[in-house]
Amino acid sequence: MAIPILKQGDILIASLQAAPTDQDLVQLKDDLAERIGRLRSRGVVIDVSALDVMDSFATRTLRGIAHATKLRGANTVIVGIQPDVAFAMVRLGLSLDGIATALDLEEGFAWLQPPPIAEAPRGS
Amino acid sequence: MEADAARVVIRRDGDIVEARQKGRELAQQIGFAGSDLTLIATAISEIARNIVVYANQGEISLSIAEKNGRRGILVVAQDAGPGIPDIERAMRDGYSTGNSLGLGLPGARRLMDDFEIRSTVGQGTTVTMRKWRT
Repeated sequence: MAIPILKQGDILIASLQAAPTDQDLVQLKDDLAERIGRLRSRGVVIDVSALDVMDSFATRTLRGIAHATKLRGANTVIVGIQPDVAFAMVRLGLSLDGIATALDLEEGFAWLQPPPIAEAPRGS
Repeated sequence: MEADAARVVIRRDGDIVEARQKGRELAQQIGFAGSDLTLIATAISEIARNIVVYANQGEISLSIAEKNGRRGILVVAQDAGPGIPDIERAMRDGYSTGNSLGLGLPGARRLMDDFEIRSTVGQGTTVTMRKWRT
């Protein structure tokens, strides 16, 4: 079953369902890459809060998605990794080094917001 | 009677999901809770994926383990695939012949309490793992 992708402004949101198959994850990668180009998105939020397992395949695929979207000009943040899942990932030896993560959707959105433009110093 | 054992034929990626869900259900029945359920489901996911990637087909059987009055879950993954020529190497972190992270077997061993692997080249591989209730 394809993973639904929602659009909000220039951000795409992919909410993973309880038990995506390997094929679903691979398709998400293609779908996101295509939509970033078509919709000119600048950020991607991947919500994994419904997942009860993040094994090595899921982690590797999400990492690949984050790197590929970056090359397409969009930042990706992975949100909602559950405490038990995080613990199992550490035991397994998995990490998401270099990939942005956030507690939940709200924090993910906050992370993607462009930083306020610093006030230019004025000479007087 | 409650199902105290399950067998899942592993042929494609969807079966990996089924195996880990059945494993989680049985573990819950045995009395595992919280993070242990996730550790068990994740370990099953890793060894089930190894079957799909390396052997194409195999099966995972799940049952209740008992030893010295302790209860736990027994997971046996069996395939008739090509076998593993160098088990010691396959158990090392980061070693993979299948374009993966190479964490499947060593990772599953870290998630479970007992882990045993037997493999004969040309005949297949059997992984036996257990986790005991604390």
